[in-house]
Amino acid sequence: MYPKDFYYTKDHEWIKLEGDLGIVGITDFAQKQLGDVVYVELPKVGTNLESHQTIGGIESVKAVSDVYSPVSGEVREINEELNDSPELVNNDPHGKGWIIKIKIKDKSKVEKLMSVSEYEKFLEGLNE
Amino acid sequence: MSYISISKKDKEEMRAKIGVSCIDELFSSIPENVKRKKPLNLPHPLSELELKRYFEEKANNNQYSEYLSFLGGGAYNHFIPAVVDYLSQRGEFLTPYTPYQPEVSQGTLQVIFEFQTLICQLTGMDVANASLYDGASGAAEAVLMAHRLKGKSKILVARTLHPQYREVIKTYTKDLGLTIEEIGYLESGKLDFNDLRRKFDEETFAVICQSPNFVGVVEELETISKFAHDRQVLSLAVVAEPVSLGMIEPPGKFGVDIVAGEGQSFGIPLGFGGPYLGFMACGRNFVRQFPGRIVGQTKDGEGNRGFVLTLCTREQHIRRGKATSNICTNQNLCALRATIFLETTGKKGLKELAFQNLQKSHYALEKFCKIKGIKRKFEGPFFNEFTLQFSKPWSEINKSLRKKKMIGGLGLEILYPELKNCALFCITEMHRKEDIDKLAAGLEEATS
Repeated sequence: MYPKDFYYTKDHEWIKLEGDLGIVGITDFAQKQLGDVVYVELPKVGTNLESHQTIGGIESVKAVSDVYSPVSGEVREINEELNDSPELVNNDPHGKGWIIKIKIKDKSKVEKLMSVSEYEKFLEGLNE
Repeated sequence: MSYISISKKDKEEMRAKIGVSCIDELFSSIPENVKRKKPLNLPHPLSELELKRYFEEKANNNQYSEYLSFLGGGAYNHFIPAVVDYLSQRGEFLTPYTPYQPEVSQGTLQVIFEFQTLICQLTGMDVANASLYDGASGAAEAVLMAHRLKGKSKILVARTLHPQYREVIKTYTKDLGLTIEEIGYLESGKLDFNDLRRKFDEETFAVICQSPNFVGVVEELETISKFAHDRQVLSLAVVAEPVSLGMIEPPGKFGVDIVAGEGQSFGIPLGFGGPYLGFMACGRNFVRQFPGRIVGQTKDGEGNRGFVLTLCTREQHIRRGKATSNICTNQNLCALRATIFLETTGKKGLKELAFQNLQKSHYALEKFCKIKGIKRKFEGPFFNEFTLQFSKPWSEINKSLRKKKMIGGLGLEILYPELKNCALFCITEMHRKEDIDKLAAGLEEATS
């Protein structure tokens, strides 16, 4: 279910390393909680983010939630496909539903995030 | 709403319930030294009859109705058909406060939906909101919206945008660290393009101007929008006299990105300061950054047409600090009046109204310009307002007109020191030919 090479946060974002960049999205668990996504508010390319700072917002038929950056860095790319097809977040949260690509300031911080097994355990804890 | 008084017994019961022996106990947390000890110096109470007479006497001191007024400048004297008062004062419309719950407010929500539709048709834009406080706050919201869309820090504001609107823009943007630069005007009264080119730079995010502008001249919105779009910035237009849209092509046709304006001309009386009616419209692509309430059309569980507030996630009650604006309300009673006005006046009626304004003001200008010591200040095309320059100070001319019970034009020197001896005149359908001729005679005497 959850990709092995991703890192995860307690706020249910994921980050995948791709060279100097990190691709960021929300997890399958998060998209299920939100329900049908109708709008994704994206940041501007070039925005400098601190870890835990808001990247943007995801609006579903049920709620609006903030998405937080798992690490510090600069926004290099945004998924503009989400402007017309926000449902990608539901249909393919770990793939085509990615949100931003970020130039990571300090790669060592990524390894401090949860691994897939830790995240799955974390989710089990939430279900109890 | 009925008035329900409370008796001495009611008060005693309430006090007993909460364990308070006298009313002063409720104010015990207020320090003694700031409490007023002496009773207020108020006159004796009056009976209903006495009170009515008192205010009748005061009201009789008002002489406004005896005067013939030619003032415009953002507040316009237009006819209000009786149907506007009659329908807007129905209890179902008049008394509910924040009537947005779809379960109980279909009538009001439908009116707002129709208002938005009318504003879209008038401005030539895709989306309109449920209204804002007034034209000035509408202009300021347009600037804030453009800033959210583009980032950057500089807004270019036409000097011929209503001076009070410019003040409100300054107030609204005070803490955003924006640079506001004014763009001057030409001899014709139109926006100075060379000045626009000079002041445009990399930090600019939008250009805002008014048409017809404050000195009465119709701007070339198409050229201004093209200038903005060629440089990837937004073009914002303000309409302070929307009756002009009965004749002039809508801003949407000229590629304007955001339109804001004042709706007072549509069935809202001149009330010595308000309430007025702001309207705002934009292209579909910008709707997520649009401020204020929006009513949308939908279907209920049984498939019937219905209306609800929509896209609320832009708003303060959902998004708090991240909302597009701190406005979480609208000017509903005024929007209702404008809707009734526009729907009963109709497309043809509005065109006819605009035509009368245009014809009468052009008749007036021609007549006034024949008088020695008066000249037309700006050659640009105008709708129902124009600027005249006199050979004498305006204050002298104004004084002479007042003696003849005329409130001439609006002296411009106080707002634009460079416009020496100039005044702005507004002629609407309310002025008969003899009224205009009376003003002409008054001006002739005053200038001689």
